[in-house]
Amino acid sequence: MSAGENRILFKNIDQPGYGRDIDSYMAAGGYETLKKAVGMKPEEICSEVMDSGIRGRGGAGFPAGMKWKFLDRKSGKPIYLVCNADESEPGTFKDRQIIYKDPHQLIEGMMISAYGTQTALAFIYIRGEMYEGARILEEAIEEARAKNFLGDNILGSGYSCDLIVHRGAGAYICGEETGLIESIEGKRPYPRIKPPYFPAVLGLYMCPTIVNNVETLCHVKHVIERGGKEYAKIGKPGNTGTRIWSVSGHVQKPGYYEIECGAMTYGELINDLCGGLRPGRKLKAIIPGGSSSKVLRADERFTGKLKDGTEFDWGVGDIPLDFDSPMAAGTMSGSGAVIVMDDSTDIVGALANINAFYAHESCGQCTPCREGSLWLKKVTARMIAGEAREEDADLLKSIADQIEGRTICAHGEATAWPVQSFILKFRDEFIEYARKQAAERKAKNAQPAAVA
Amino acid sequence: MSQTTETAEPFALSPEILAKIDKIVPRYPSKRSATLPLLHLIQDEKGFISQQAAEWVAERLELEPIKVLEVVTFYPMFQQKPIGRRHVKVCRTLSCALNGGAQICQKFKDAFNVDLNETSKDGEVTVEYVECIASCGTAPVVQIDETLHENVTEERADQLIEEIRANAKQAS
Ligand SMILES: Cc1cc2nc3c(=O)[nH]c(=O)nc-3n(C[C@H](O)[C@H](O)[C@H](O)COP(=O)(O)O)c2cc1C
Ligand code: SF4
Ligand code: FES
Repeated sequence: MSAGENRILFKNIDQPGYGRDIDSYMAAGGYETLKKAVGMKPEEICSEVMDSGIRGRGGAGFPAGMKWKFLDRKSGKPIYLVCNADESEPGTFKDRQIIYKDPHQLIEGMMISAYGTQTALAFIYIRGEMYEGARILEEAIEEARAKNFLGDNILGSGYSCDLIVHRGAGAYICGEETGLIESIEGKRPYPRIKPPYFPAVLGLYMCPTIVNNVETLCHVKHVIERGGKEYAKIGKPGNTGTRIWSVSGHVQKPGYYEIECGAMTYGELINDLCGGLRPGRKLKAIIPGGSSSKVLRADERFTGKLKDGTEFDWGVGDIPLDFDSPMAAGTMSGSGAVIVMDDSTDIVGALANINAFYAHESCGQCTPCREGSLWLKKVTARMIAGEAREEDADLLKSIADQIEGRTICAHGEATAWPVQSFILKFRDEFIEYARKQAAERKAKNAQPAAVA
Repeated sequence: MSQTTETAEPFALSPEILAKIDKIVPRYPSKRSATLPLLHLIQDEKGFISQQAAEWVAERLELEPIKVLEVVTFYPMFQQKPIGRRHVKVCRTLSCALNGGAQICQKFKDAFNVDLNETSKDGEVTVEYVECIASCGTAPVVQIDETLHENVTEERADQLIEEIRANAKQAS
């Protein structure tokens, strides 16, 4: 653990001698909270989660307690709980650590959540590429079943719930919660229109369903262990608990760091925990919350007022690591994935890379997303192939603007936001890039004439 | 439910896989939910999902074949025709690209004399670009078959290439 970290979820991960087996987990106090939970009333679990203020760690940051409250209990239909372990937003690799190194923490968090919501059957939807991860989870589930932490009549409580590991097969859109639900139903993962298909009302098999991220469900264990109000003292109001940040790109020590919300800034994360940039390099830009979040330029300044009225005046490095601050800076903390780019980065190339991703991953249901993402990809691909034009900056922006807000799911925004922000913040660079290429093309065309 | 053993169809699955399938299907509230797990199991055994395989799954789950085919054709991990015995998947996405993923990919393509999504002449190796596989902190990464290789430097890529070659020679 690096100085400045506050490891709650990652307390045991990477510790010498700590294994992923149930004995290691139980020796460290594992499953004690589940025992406590089944002695409580399910409603009490839900109200502790509400009191904790814990927000979803998968991308949107929606309060988990509120989501659980929306469950349609009057319908009398079975309730399903789904753990989103698709971990597909580029830059994110935090859930992987829990799945591979501490799977029982997730299982305990899930069974507490299942009991609290009175779930009939629970699922872990894990991305297909994590072959080993799925095997680890299957093994851990059998270990937990043998000790009656899941399955029939859990710990004599009279409550029963099974847990199924369901593997995806390489499609990013399965991370979107309604696409994920369709995928468990055995269909193409086409996201559903909300309304009416809010999972808490019409989810898996058209039954009330909770979808939460791996990290969120692990936090539930710690909320019940400490009590919701006590847990809420970690972090800041509205931004409670710790968060795991996945840092990649041009830093000396990329990796995952668990930090109390608001206790550090992006600058401290990059410079202190990640050892700063490589020798001789300067910061160019940060993608602060997964590749779909809006990029931040190294020399930007952000001023304004936070929700609670306090004024702020930040450089990029001063933005606190929480949910609301990146939002106040016009971007988002998303999945907590920080991608750092130094001054060696070809910014047009970086956007071309991102565009290729979102074009590849569009499910194709909505015309603006399907066609728009492809056009964006084609334009930036043409640019990096030496055929850039000055008007490309405006063209890219206009395509992105026509995708945003016009699609079934947020993949549309995920496609548009990088483009809009790259053009807004690096416009000069896009234009300079095109001018340079135009000059090169001209020189090349002129050459044979000069020789003749 | 042993329709495969009764007819002399060329498409047959091993008893182990059939036993697994019989365990998986009833776990789900709806049979159709078993589509992905069944396709994974069949691809593990056969290497790809043939038309016959898709039809077999459809029959087993009491679905119209198109319902299985639309799944097979959507998800990138399902192969519709045979690929190399070894599957090299290089991450193409941003964090890996920022750390030299493209050069690593080129090394694999050169070593086996293939383009992307092509299989080497001897049928041994297919090289593919894949999107972010959630290991960006140890970029660049390469997944060979089921195993993830992290921090793949040029030297490490050379080693991996050698290992694939050595393994191929032993196998033949
Ligand atoms: C295109 C797209 C991809 C997503 N990918 C993921 C993912 O890989 N993992 C995840 O937990 N959430 C992902 N989400 C967010 C989920 O839709 C959902 O909000 C989340 O799983 C809810 O869990 P939480 O409230 O605990 O964060 C994605 C959303 C979109 C629009
Ligand atoms: S926005 Fe894109 S990914 Fe989402 S449903 Fe529409 S086409 Fe599919
Ligand atoms: S970008 Fe390569 S693993 Fe995420």
